[in-house]
Amino acid sequence: MSVRHRSRLIRRRAALRGLVLGAATLPLIEVFGAGTVFGEEPTRDSATRAASARSVIEIWLWGGPAHLDTFDPKPGAGPDYCGPLNQAIDTSVPGIRVGSSLPLLAAQADRYALIRSMTHGQFGHETASYITQTGRDPGGRLVYPSIGAVVSRFRGYDEGYEGEVPPYVVMTTLQGRFSETGFLGPRYRPFVTGGDPNRARFAVEGIVADGITDERQRNRRELLHELDSLGQALPDSAAFERLDRCEDKAYEMILGDAGRIFDLREESDAERDRYGRNTLGQSCLMARRLVEQGVPYVKINSRGWDTHKQHFQSMRRKLPELDRGVATLLADLDDRGLLDSTIVWCCGEFGRSPKVQWEAPWNGGRGHYGRCFSALVAGGGFRGGQVLGATDEKGEQVAERPVHPRELHGAIFSQMGIDPDGALPNPRALDVRVAEPTASGARRLPELL
Amino acid sequence: MRPVKPGVLAVVTVVALLSARDARSGEHEAGRIFDGPKTAAETTPLDELVLAAQRRERVQMARPCADAVFVRRAYLDVIGTLPEPREVRAFLADRGKDRRTRLIDDLLRREEYGDYWSLRWCDALRVKSEFPINLWPNAVQAYHHWIRDAVRRNLPYDLFARELLTSSGSNFRTPAVNFYRAVQGREPDALAGAVALTFMGSRIETWPAARRQGLVALLSRIRTKRTREWKEEIVFHDPAPLGPLSTVLPDGAELVVPADVDPRRALADWLITEDNPWFARCAVNRLWAWVFGRGLVHEPDDFRPGNPAVMPAVLDFLAEQLVDSGWDLQHVLRLILCSRTYQQSPVPSGDPKKAARLFACYPVRRLDAEVLIDALDWIGGTGETYLSRIPEPWTWVPEEDRTIALADGSITSPFLELFGRPSRDTGLFVERSNRPTDDQRLYLLNSTAMRRRLEGSPRLRALVKKAGRDLNGLIAETYITLLSRSPTDDEIGTVRAYFVSGERRPREAAADLVWALINTKEFLYRH
Repeated sequence: MSVRHRSRLIRRRAALRGLVLGAATLPLIEVFGAGTVFGEEPTRDSATRAASARSVIEIWLWGGPAHLDTFDPKPGAGPDYCGPLNQAIDTSVPGIRVGSSLPLLAAQADRYALIRSMTHGQFGHETASYITQTGRDPGGRLVYPSIGAVVSRFRGYDEGYEGEVPPYVVMTTLQGRFSETGFLGPRYRPFVTGGDPNRARFAVEGIVADGITDERQRNRRELLHELDSLGQALPDSAAFERLDRCEDKAYEMILGDAGRIFDLREESDAERDRYGRNTLGQSCLMARRLVEQGVPYVKINSRGWDTHKQHFQSMRRKLPELDRGVATLLADLDDRGLLDSTIVWCCGEFGRSPKVQWEAPWNGGRGHYGRCFSALVAGGGFRGGQVLGATDEKGEQVAERPVHPRELHGAIFSQMGIDPDGALPNPRALDVRVAEPTASGARRLPELL
Repeated sequence: MRPVKPGVLAVVTVVALLSARDARSGEHEAGRIFDGPKTAAETTPLDELVLAAQRRERVQMARPCADAVFVRRAYLDVIGTLPEPREVRAFLADRGKDRRTRLIDDLLRREEYGDYWSLRWCDALRVKSEFPINLWPNAVQAYHHWIRDAVRRNLPYDLFARELLTSSGSNFRTPAVNFYRAVQGREPDALAGAVALTFMGSRIETWPAARRQGLVALLSRIRTKRTREWKEEIVFHDPAPLGPLSTVLPDGAELVVPADVDPRRALADWLITEDNPWFARCAVNRLWAWVFGRGLVHEPDDFRPGNPAVMPAVLDFLAEQLVDSGWDLQHVLRLILCSRTYQQSPVPSGDPKKAARLFACYPVRRLDAEVLIDALDWIGGTGETYLSRIPEPWTWVPEEDRTIALADGSITSPFLELFGRPSRDTGLFVERSNRPTDDQRLYLLNSTAMRRRLEGSPRLRALVKKAGRDLNGLIAETYITLLSRSPTDDEIGTVRAYFVSGERRPREAAADLVWALINTKEFLYRH
C-alpha cells in the first residue's frame, strides 16, 4: 500500500494525523474495528473540531463507472476482464497506477486519494444510489437525506449562510431516483440549474430568461406589487412574509450578482478549453466558480455511465472528458488556494462487472457491480497521494480494508466541521445521528485524514 | 366626473360606525374584495361551538367572505380545481339564499371530488410504488382504484377502515390488503406503527412499551406468500400452530384472542366503535386539517396526552356527527364546508396570530403542488411530463389526465418535487410541504417552463383576440379567468396605466398582466 503525501501541504493537523498513519501497516480493518488505537482524541466533542473544509464538490458518475477502466486497473486479468482498455499507467506517485485513459489525473495523483475498496453489495441503481448518497442502508422507517442536504442543513441558511447562490447546487438535473432531502424536507432541496454549461450561455433555470430585459423585469415586478390585493389586505401575515422573502431572494438572483456568478462567459476561452468543452468539463469549471463564492455543496450529476452495451466505445469518449474535467478542477482549485478548503469526491453508485459481457445482447458491455468500486477523494484535509484498500487480482472482491459509503460520508462531515455523531434534527424527533454510527469512538477513514 | 360607486357610501358609514379593524381594512380597497356582507353565511350548531371557544379567548370571528372568494375557495378545496369563468359568472348571478350550499353539493358530486379527496387519502395510506414502500405498480393501481371508489361512493368509514385492517388475499386482486404492504417493512412493529398512525392518529413511538408491544402482537400473525405472478403476494392470517393470543390493547385493557380468530378482527372490533377515544376523532380531525391546513389536534397524526385539541368541543361534536350519521365522512365534510367558520374572510378581525390559532379567519395557504400544476396547465393548455425514481411504473400519463388524479406517489415530476408534494414514505401529514421556497419563486417568476406556458396558451390567446381593442374587456376577462373575480376600479386604473405608458407593446403588456396576476398571492394561495 502506498502511503505518501506532498510535503509542502503538511500542516500541523496533517502532521499529527501522519503519526497515526503509522498504523496503516497494520491490518486496517482490525485497527478500525478496535477503535482504541485512536482513542486519545475525543471524537464526540464537535466543538473542538475545527472545520478544515468549507465546501464540497461531488462528481457523481450516475449509472456506475467501471472501476477496472478508471481507478482500479487490472491489466493482468486478461482480455475477458480488460477488453481493449488493458493498460495501466504510472502516476506522479510511485506505486500508484491508474487506467490508461486518465493521463491527466495520473499526473496529479499527489492531489487525491483513491479508495479502491468501496462496497455495499447492492446491484440495483435505486438501492445503491440511496446507500451511496445517504450513507444509510434502506428499509428502515425513515428515508434519509442525501449528504448534500445534510451539509445544506448544517452549512446553509439555518447556520447563517448568506450567499447569493443557494447553498446546495446541482448541475444540471436531479438524479430523480431517490429523494434528495428525505425527512429533512424541502427546505434543504438543492437548487437545480437546468440548462447546459457547455452552451454559449449557461441558461440557469429561473435566473437567466432570454429576451426579457432587466428593465422589463423591474417594471412587471412593480405591476405585480400594485396588483397584489390579497397581500395588501393581509399586511401582517406570517405566511406572506415568508413568500416575500423568497421573492426578494429570487430577484437577487435574477437581477443581482447570482446571474453573473453563473455566467461562464466571464471566463476566458483558454480557461474554458482547459476544462474541456463538454458538459462535465464546464460543470467542473462552474463548480470552481461556485466554491469561490463559498457555496457549501455543489453536485455534478454526470450522466451516461450505465454502459451495459457499447461500453468501450462510451469509455473512449467519456473517460477523457472525466480526466480533463476533474484533473483541471483539482489543479485549478490548488492554484487558487481553494483545495485545502474544498473536498472533491467522485464516484458512482457502484462499479461495473469486472468480467466483460461479450455475449449477446451486450456484445461487450459491463453490468452493475456493487461488491466493489472505487472513489476519488481530494482536498479539504484529505491527504493525497495514497490508496486505501484493494480488490483482488480481477477486481471482483474487496481484498483489503472494505469501505462502506457511510464511512466516507462520516469523514466528509468531520472535515466540514459537522460532527458525524451529533444529532440530526428530524420531524419525528427521533434520535438520529448525522452519519451512521461506527464502532464506538472510531474515527472515519483515519488513514486518509 | 366619475359616478359615485354605490358601495362607497356604505363603506363610509361602516368606517364611521365600526371598530378600528374596519377602519383599517377601509384603508385598503383590498379588504373589500375579500369580505362579504354579514348575512352571507349562516351560523350552524358547529359554529356555535367555535364561537363559544373564540369568545372565551376574546377572539372575534372574521366576517363572511365575499361570494367571489367563496366560489374560488369551494372549487379549490372540494375539487382541487379552478372554476371556469362561466362557472364563476353563474354562481355570482345566482341570488338564491342557499346558493353556497347548493354549490357545495354540486361540487361534492363532481368526478374531481373523488380524485382530489382520494389523493389526500392516498397520501395518508402511502400509495406509491416500490421504494421505500413495498407496493408493485399494479398493486398501486388496484389500491388507488379501491380508495378512489370508496371516496366517490362515500363508503362508510367503519367499513373503509375494517376492510383495510382485516382483508386477506392477493395484493393485486383484493386491493385493501395493500394497507399492510404499503409500509416500509414487513415486521409487526412496522405494521403496528402504520395502524396507529392511520386510524388512531398516534405515533407508536410515544406509547408505553407494554401497549406498543400489545398492538405489535395483534399484528404478529400476518403472513405473506408469493404466487407465480411477479411480485404478487397473498396477505393472510396464519392461525396454526400458535394457539390463543393474550395481549394488551392500546387503551390498556387485556385481551385474549382465541386461536381460530384473526387478531386483526379483534383489533378492528375494539377500534371501530363509537366510544373508541381515537378512531372517530382521528378521522374528523383529518378532514378538518385537510380543509383548514391545520388540525384541531395538530399535527393531525399526533394525538397524545400532551397535545390537546384547540377546541375540544368542536372535535367531539364532529366525531359524534360521524358516528350518528352512520360513519358518513362526506356528511361531516359537508357540515364543515357549510359552516360560517369555513366561509370566513381570510382577513382576520383582530390579532392575526390568535385568530389563526382559533380558526377565526380562513387560513391562507399555498395551493397544493398537484392543484397548482393543474391550474397552470389549465391556463397554458400544457401537460406534465412525468418521471419515476424507480424504473417500473409507466410514467406516460394521457395528456387529459389531471395531476390530482395521479395514482402512484413514485410517478412524479420536477414541478411536483419542487412544490413539496409528499413522498408518501411515511404517511405523515408533515410530508406535504406548502412552504414557499426561493426556487419555487424563481420558477414562477422567471422559468422557461412558465414563459412557454404563458406564451403558448391557447386560452390566453383567445382571450386577447376576443377582447380586440376593448382594454377594459381584456382586463375583466383576465381577472375572472385567473382570479375568479372582477377587477376593482383601482386595479383597472393600474393596469390601464401600464398599457398606455407607451414603453411597451400591447402584446407585451398583456403578457405581463397575466404574468403578474399568476404571481399574486391571490392566485397562488387558497384564501
